[in-house]
Amino acid sequence: MLLESKNIQYTHSGQKALIFPDININKGESILVLGKSGSGKTTLLNLLAGLLSPEKGTISLGGTNLSELKGQKLDLFRGKEIGIVFQKPHLLSALTVRENLELTHFFSKKKGQNLDKLLAELGLTAKAKSSVLTLSEGEAQRVSIARALANEPKLILADEPTSSLDDENAAKVVDLLKSQAAKIGAALVIVTHDHRVKSQIANFVEVESL
Amino acid sequence: MNLFKLSWKYLTFRPLSTGLNVLLLSLGLAIITVLLLIQDQFEKKMTQDAAGIDLVVGAKGSPLQLILAGVYHIDFPTGNIPMDEAKKLTRNRLVKSVIPLALGDNYQGFRIVGTNHDYLNLYGAEFSEGKIWEEPFEVVLGSDIAKKSGMKVGDSFEGSHGISVGSHEHEDHDYRVVGILSPKGNVVDRLVLTSIESVWYTHDEAETEEEAATESDSLASELPVAEAEEPEVHLDKFHSPVAKTGFPESDVTREVTTLLLQYRNPIAAVQLPRQINSGTSMQAASPSFEMSRLFELLGVGVSLLQGLAFVLIAISGLGIFIALYNSLKERKYDLAILRAIGASRIQLLFLIFLEGIMLTFLGAVLGILLGHTFLWVVISQNDQGVVSNLQAWIFLKEELWVLGYALGVGLLASIIPAWSAYQTSIAKQLTKV
Repeated sequence: MLLESKNIQYTHSGQKALIFPDININKGESILVLGKSGSGKTTLLNLLAGLLSPEKGTISLGGTNLSELKGQKLDLFRGKEIGIVFQKPHLLSALTVRENLELTHFFSKKKGQNLDKLLAELGLTAKAKSSVLTLSEGEAQRVSIARALANEPKLILADEPTSSLDDENAAKVVDLLKSQAAKIGAALVIVTHDHRVKSQIANFVEVESL
Repeated sequence: MNLFKLSWKYLTFRPLSTGLNVLLLSLGLAIITVLLLIQDQFEKKMTQDAAGIDLVVGAKGSPLQLILAGVYHIDFPTGNIPMDEAKKLTRNRLVKSVIPLALGDNYQGFRIVGTNHDYLNLYGAEFSEGKIWEEPFEVVLGSDIAKKSGMKVGDSFEGSHGISVGSHEHEDHDYRVVGILSPKGNVVDRLVLTSIESVWYTHDEAETEEEAATESDSLASELPVAEAEEPEVHLDKFHSPVAKTGFPESDVTREVTTLLLQYRNPIAAVQLPRQINSGTSMQAASPSFEMSRLFELLGVGVSLLQGLAFVLIAISGLGIFIALYNSLKERKYDLAILRAIGASRIQLLFLIFLEGIMLTFLGAVLGILLGHTFLWVVISQNDQGVVSNLQAWIFLKEELWVLGYALGVGLLASIIPAWSAYQTSIAKQLTKV
């Protein structure tokens, strides 16, 4: 298995413990994490990304136990092996499109994908040198996907990537994520409450509401 | 992409805030730079110009004025002294040497100084062209005047009465340039040097004209003694050799303006000023004593300016802190994203420190350049004053301290914002939006 999470549990201060379903997926496979708002889906995504540490359970990515990595080692591992697509694009507005992608190579110290090719595949060549402030919502979303893919990570995590999109654009974004993940051989985890996505990714787990 | 580029991008993304902070800091540092440059050079130049002069003797009045006029040629003389009384000093056992100066005229604001050849030796003057004066109305130009006026050996000009520009011209006798001095970076660079006789004869003529105008219909025969001579004698006088050392000989009562004295021994420093001040109608002043008094007085102003500069720098440091802190609040999510794509806490800490340091580095460089430019403007606007000998484009090692100080301010102003960036919780920030 590329990604294995077992018996993960996490408690936000002053709240009940969240107990998450196990996730096991292989290289090139996709899985949906479904659940209502406030059910803890984003917490699960943060745990899988190593942004939070579980109180109980283990998360292993490509044989590396995330709990065993601390500080800079964990940051570097995340930069190299995990790509994250956030609900909103959240690009760095002081930079151009290409510079936003270059950052991933710099911080992870990984050569990663050829950025010009990646931008071309996502139809962003013409915008490469543009400020991200000039992008449309759809373009910004594609840049954020490109940023997650730039390092050819083992795992791609997407947090509600379709929540604000219409059916057509939601389908396009999921297709794009699936095809790019398959191309680089990464496992794809999409965290969403949007059941429309189920038509494109059959494999799913549900996070129970508290 | 690297941290420098990323910091620079963030700074240039807020041009107004960055520009204002840089400008504010640069103003404070410019003041410090100007003070450093002036302090360093002014004191050196003043000491250099007074080297070899133990005592200055002139008419009674302000001793500082006597020094400023007699040594640095930047103030009005206190008056003239009788040459007979002045000559007595050469026979004093405490005096090693005396150089007399006669002032009274200028050329386009540059002072015409009547003296002897010893004055040039005192300052180690060298000729770039021509030779020293031998006859009345022959002059040697300081390098600055030659450069600014474009005059060459063989050219002639009319001197103006008084020691500042704007007075009437002496049209009867043109001065003739016989030599031009090499630049030495001292007071001689901005003087027109000639014999004492030249100054006397110019004023003899002027007095004659004035008296002729006021007493034209009178039978009064009291012409100045010098003018009572026959025309042939008069002509000879203008072509006779002038005094090369000591005082010129004269049959009539004459005056000089200032005497530059050297002591024969250290006891003279104690006895001679007292002797002159109490036993003659003249006044003696020590350049070293008067200048240290002047520097003391100037020191108060310098301290005030320094205080103002430090206040400006402190305000700019506060401005940088506020700018970084506010921008950090807006950039919390950016920082979380950076962490999510692999940036470590230490890298975020450096990112913010770099921004503060780059801001202050820019301010320091601009401040130092502004300081030099300001001094350059002051010098070019005052080509005849004492500042005209200052150099605007020399860089002192103390300016590196200015740079270091500015970087220290940047570092200090960045500590809290950088620590705040270091502590950014990624998960917390990312789940906020």
